[in-house]
Amino acid sequence: MAQTLPGAASNLRDPQPIRTRKKPLPFPLNIWQSAVGRKWVMAVTGVGLLGFVLAHMIGNFHVFEGPAELHEYAEALRGLGGGIIPRLWLLWVLRLGLIAMFGLHIAAAYTTKEISRKASDNAGFISGAKSYPGGSDYVAANYASRTMRWTGPIILLYLIFHLADLTWGWLPHTNYTKGDPFGNLSNSLSNIPVAAIYIVANVALALHIFHGTWSLFQSLGLNNPKYNQARRGLAAGLAGVILLGNLTFPILTQAGVIDNADNPCASETTEEGAVHCFEEILEAEGE
Amino acid sequence: MSETTINVTLEVWRQNGPADKGHFETYEARDISTDSSFLEMLDIVNEQLIKEEKVPVTFESDCREGICGTCSLMINGQAHGPNKGQATCQLHMRTFKNGDHITIEPFRAASFPVIKDLAISRAALDSIQHAGGYITVSTGSAPDANLTPVPKEAADVAMDAAACIGCGACVAACPNSAAQLFTSAKINHLNLLPQGQSERWKRVEAMVDTMEDFFGTCTNHGECHEACPKEISLDFIAFMNRDYVKAKIKNRKLAGQK
Repeated sequence: MAQTLPGAASNLRDPQPIRTRKKPLPFPLNIWQSAVGRKWVMAVTGVGLLGFVLAHMIGNFHVFEGPAELHEYAEALRGLGGGIIPRLWLLWVLRLGLIAMFGLHIAAAYTTKEISRKASDNAGFISGAKSYPGGSDYVAANYASRTMRWTGPIILLYLIFHLADLTWGWLPHTNYTKGDPFGNLSNSLSNIPVAAIYIVANVALALHIFHGTWSLFQSLGLNNPKYNQARRGLAAGLAGVILLGNLTFPILTQAGVIDNADNPCASETTEEGAVHCFEEILEAEGE
Repeated sequence: MSETTINVTLEVWRQNGPADKGHFETYEARDISTDSSFLEMLDIVNEQLIKEEKVPVTFESDCREGICGTCSLMINGQAHGPNKGQATCQLHMRTFKNGDHITIEPFRAASFPVIKDLAISRAALDSIQHAGGYITVSTGSAPDANLTPVPKEAADVAMDAAACIGCGACVAACPNSAAQLFTSAKINHLNLLPQGQSERWKRVEAMVDTMEDFFGTCTNHGECHEACPKEISLDFIAFMNRDYVKAKIKNRKLAGQK
């Protein structure tokens, strides 16, 4: 029986490039043109975002000192730079840096995923991974690494919710008063569904950090056989600390430890009123 | 040691050429000696198919001792089968039990077109090699032994990288169809040695760029290392990533010296 290959006449048997090379851009920009470089950007921005998550968590522990102290911390953030830099300026520099890091991190993640999808063309590409028609077995990939492409978008959605809730005050359940972070926080997290959203999002964040922390050393090429063993431990430790720390807020609000009944300025409904009320308490404490 | 035989059911991917859609077909493999290798089992099945005047299953093999990198096959969803550090040719039927169902598929990636059934083209890996997987030396008479001193540690690590047989299991096992493990092994076995230094930065840039023409992006799952019949270390991927961004700076400097 004579066999003719249907594709023999064409070049179907030769692998075709999945991209067309573009003209190289000048130096720092050409790093972004390659996927290896984009992973490097993802790792560097990941380190920055990890720093933000840690600082945000530690700062929020002021809530356990009391409503006036939390207000004092919020005011200190706005006044960063002391008497040298005008109020809010340094905070906005940090915010713009954060927005840029989020943007680059997400853009790098999305574009590299699309490259992988193209590279897996003749298998399937389901939920962010190549899939074989006959099924395939994971040996090394763990739950955290396989769900990076889900935990990432979950964190982004949560971030928008979190900003709408406690920064912009768009959500009715918070009964938002600018200048009273303690009241806003306790009003918001005393809602069971809202507390549940915070808990789920922070579990997703911890999973994302667990793989991300290990992975960034590989992406940046920070590899030394002497210290490689410590990377898993560092990743688990960081993810664990951030998970436990961030979960104290919704859980302890539900448990009644953080309670708006302890807030002496809870009755204030305007920013001026709340700020004035807290300043008086802090002055009285200082005397 | 008494010889035992087992019967297994095979689900084999059949695809009549690159343009065909392809499908699974079921074959019974009867009285297979547990001492036979996986490829010998396929040979027996093919003999049977020929006797029945059917088209035998096309698959690739050459040395059948785990050093050439020709054999491939996804066996029950794992590249080169379930055992660690083995190519398909080194996998023996004693790994399986009587009555097992075994799914056999080709290595899959967009840049691994199926030629027929289980045979694939791995020409994309050759393209990466052509981009810089060599050193340019003047070939004259044989140099004196130990003319170029190489530290023992460097020689050891370079040899670990050079163990790569280029089978493509890393790409097949990778959920992103990335060829990082192959490319990093090929880059580093030269970049770790004195002979590879003068072309080091050109090499890493050229080979990574060619890799990205054909393959996906690494997310550090580590599946490639588990699938690799030579157990190439993930550390080489980190070395490659470090050298790539360094090369972007170094090559700029080198070009500026013209």
